[in-house]
Amino acid sequence: MADLVSNITAMAPEVFLVVTALVLLLVGAFGGRRMAGPVNLAIVVALIIAAGLALRDIPNGSLELFGGALVLDHLSTFGKFSALIASALSLWLAHGYLKTENRLSAEFGILVLFASLGMLIMVSANDLLSLYIGVEMQSLSLYVLAASNRDSLRSSESGLKYFVLGALSSGLLLYGASLIYGFSGSLRFEGIAAAATGSGSGSVGLIVGIVFLLCGLAFKISAVPFHMWTPDVYEGAPTPVTTFFSTAPKIAAMVLIARVLFGPFHHLVADWQQVVIALSVLSMCIGYLGAIMQTNIKRLMAYSSIANMGYALIAMASGTVQGLSGLLFYMGLYLITTLGIFACILAMRRSEGMVEQIDDLAGLSRAKPGLALALTALLFSVAGIPPLAGFFGKYFVFMAAVDANLTWLAILGAVASVVGAFVYLRLIKIVWFDEPAEPFVPASFAQISLAGVSALLMLPGAIWLLPALAKWSQIAAAAMFVHG
Amino acid sequence: MSDLPHLLSLITFTPLIGALLLVMFKAFARADDKAVVERNAPAVALVTSLFTFVLSVMALIEFNPADPTFQLVEDVSWFAGFHYRMGVDGISILLVLLTTFLMPLCFIASMGTIKSRITEYMIAFLVLESLMIGVFCALDIMMFYVFFEAGLIPMYLIIGVWGGDNRVYASFKFFLYTLLGSVLMLIAVITMINVAGTSNMIELLHFDFAPGLQTWLWLAFFASFAVKLPMWPFHTWLPDAHVQAPTAGSVVLAGVLLKMGGYGFIRFSLPMFPLASQYFAPMVFALSVIAIIYTSLVAFRQTDMKKLIAYSSVAHMGFVTMGLFALNFTGLQGAMFQMLSHGLISGALFLIVGVIYDRMHTREIAAYGGLVHRMPIYAAIFLLFTMANVGLPATSGFIGEILTLVGVFQVNTWVAFGATTGIIFSAVYALNLYREVMYGEMTNPKLAKITDVTRKELIIFAPLVLGTLILGVLPNLVTDITGPAIEALIERIDAGLALAASGGVDIG
Repeated sequence: MADLVSNITAMAPEVFLVVTALVLLLVGAFGGRRMAGPVNLAIVVALIIAAGLALRDIPNGSLELFGGALVLDHLSTFGKFSALIASALSLWLAHGYLKTENRLSAEFGILVLFASLGMLIMVSANDLLSLYIGVEMQSLSLYVLAASNRDSLRSSESGLKYFVLGALSSGLLLYGASLIYGFSGSLRFEGIAAAATGSGSGSVGLIVGIVFLLCGLAFKISAVPFHMWTPDVYEGAPTPVTTFFSTAPKIAAMVLIARVLFGPFHHLVADWQQVVIALSVLSMCIGYLGAIMQTNIKRLMAYSSIANMGYALIAMASGTVQGLSGLLFYMGLYLITTLGIFACILAMRRSEGMVEQIDDLAGLSRAKPGLALALTALLFSVAGIPPLAGFFGKYFVFMAAVDANLTWLAILGAVASVVGAFVYLRLIKIVWFDEPAEPFVPASFAQISLAGVSALLMLPGAIWLLPALAKWSQIAAAAMFVHG
Repeated sequence: MSDLPHLLSLITFTPLIGALLLVMFKAFARADDKAVVERNAPAVALVTSLFTFVLSVMALIEFNPADPTFQLVEDVSWFAGFHYRMGVDGISILLVLLTTFLMPLCFIASMGTIKSRITEYMIAFLVLESLMIGVFCALDIMMFYVFFEAGLIPMYLIIGVWGGDNRVYASFKFFLYTLLGSVLMLIAVITMINVAGTSNMIELLHFDFAPGLQTWLWLAFFASFAVKLPMWPFHTWLPDAHVQAPTAGSVVLAGVLLKMGGYGFIRFSLPMFPLASQYFAPMVFALSVIAIIYTSLVAFRQTDMKKLIAYSSVAHMGFVTMGLFALNFTGLQGAMFQMLSHGLISGALFLIVGVIYDRMHTREIAAYGGLVHRMPIYAAIFLLFTMANVGLPATSGFIGEILTLVGVFQVNTWVAFGATTGIIFSAVYALNLYREVMYGEMTNPKLAKITDVTRKELIIFAPLVLGTLILGVLPNLVTDITGPAIEALIERIDAGLALAASGGVDIG
């Protein structure tokens, strides 16, 4: 009994979120539309409180719960905190959006809450079952969110598409997991690690299992060739949902992949490295080449996020502690930048409603110089141009690759970033060089503050942000290398 | 006077502070005060840049030319091995001075000629000034890279927002071309930090990289600097960028940004990879001679004045690379001198084109002719800089060319021969341009009302004329400062080569 209590107190953020979800579900159900707004805002607050709870100190740096099904360490802390903050901020943006669209509903926030709960389980998963439960809990909520605008054909289509392909990826994931279980005889990551180490280079069945597992997880981070759903879903889903999709689930899935690859399979680096390299190269190239052709800004951001995952995977491929810390560092910056850019996209609203074509940004620098400046800083940052923070993300990624004798991969990534620069320059060109189009309606406080803060973090703020983020990523990355 | 702390940081960031002030004026001005901000922005920028110039002169006074090491050093640790390190030696301080000297002239030249979004224009130029100075002051290889590449952002906006008709194409070409070169250098920088375990340039200057690695690193740096300089055949972005950029943009581009490439060679490629430099020297010679002869011929066939000067810049940069890779004292002195002198001359030539462009709104050579009748003072200034561009003795252009030629003559006579032929061709296109524009009959009726240079334009040209003549007559003003640093550089190259010859290199 004492054991159960200590396990539950260790999981304070999860427990807190579950309780909040259940209470608010009731409030939402009985309060009707009148309560929809307050419920969503309450969930924003709850997510932030949970993020605060996730930061609590862990005794001995690592703690296994429920007989080893879940683990708490600095990596999970990093994942939980960033996923929760990203969820909270996306929901904050969504709240304003839904209010203007007059589509506020309590379910929206509750679904975000359940998805976040799934992410918390993902980042601390320590066996194949909790891994699967976490992934599914997150994904099921996301499918519904994608289709949350029931009156829109595009939204329903995107939800269905996401669901069908997501189900396929779950199948791959399960198949991989069962293979791994079959060949290692254990669901726990320690057991699998022991089996993987014992069998020398790892048996063929185990490796096939890893490949399937990776394929299933690659869907979640939309790495090429498992990216097909991304542009359509990003375009079809309501914009704040897209914001959410491209931030929180990405970090959770990345942390989960890192946990699997650097945990039970860290002795098989040579085997999984090739798969990760292939995913990374394809994602960078296809992501940026695909982005060149886009005229819809959400599709463009979809391809941009695919390419960004490719860069994060470079760091993953290095298989070293520097690699993992570079990965987390990169993902941290990616979250901040993406949230900022989407805040700008959400501000693209004319009196007749949202606009999504990139040409609608024309002449933004004259109509709204502040927003234009923020967007420009964020785009140059995500393009990796110094002195903006995004450059340092790429720097650590390339450093890890060079350190692991993958210099060619770093060169490829660097050259691909020139293609990426073209993509972002095209947006900046429209903002600055083109003649002004019809101006947007004034942006909301949430949009302005989010865009402004993230843009400021890219330049002067980077002086403080980068050291802090780098330190934290190092601590989080070291957690996976304690035993290995 | 003495012991101003953080003098280099002050020089570097003063323009940035000016830019921030302008941003704040712009952001917080009431709607009816916006016009006041627009009107006064050039003055703010000018005062800021003049103040920066004064600071850099103070740095020069503090600087001890006899000491070949880095001076005015600052070092602040950031995180993960990143350091903020500043310092100058005889090579970089003059380039800093060139930058701070040209910028006020650019701001004066922009007054009245830029009509739209004046405040933003001034902000972009001030930011650019900060970044350019930072490139020359950086004493940490990562910092150098950050400044080097960050300069693309303001220049991209300057070309794209205030440029000519084909500005979008030119700005993209400029940005992507340069970026492609730079990212390869980034990987090389990362490799160097990884191998040597430091990003401190002073330590890297004394680190011996393995010969095989040197080759790759040299090539990666070459990719960046050859595009930036630019060397033939990587120069194709330059004519577009020059033609489309506003006058002040062209001046900065030719006067300072191109020098970053030459500076990169002299600061990194030569001393850090001496073996590779020696190995690739014949290739560089070949490219330089082709650049000098070929681009001079191309320049001769241009119908657009700015394009002509752009190609002439490529030819003159050929002298720089030739002198650098002669790897001897005279050649390096010549290359440094040529860079500084070209900064003045090409800047002046673009301003000269700017003068008649502002009046007639065309850069077509064919649209002009017989200007000497209406614009005698202008004709005199134009003549001086035409002659300086050709390399007439008593102008600074002569010193740079003769020194690089002497330097390379000691190494390879044929290269010197080819380059000398190029000088003749340069006389052909430069004198031809002058004849077409200034002499002959005034056939174009629109020219009948053209006026001579205004007082504002005279103020711009006076320092450039003085600078060109003084450096032409008293070259030791420059060579005394660069001399000790270059001597140390040559010693370092020789030591590196000797170490390799004795088979002692097997690090990394």
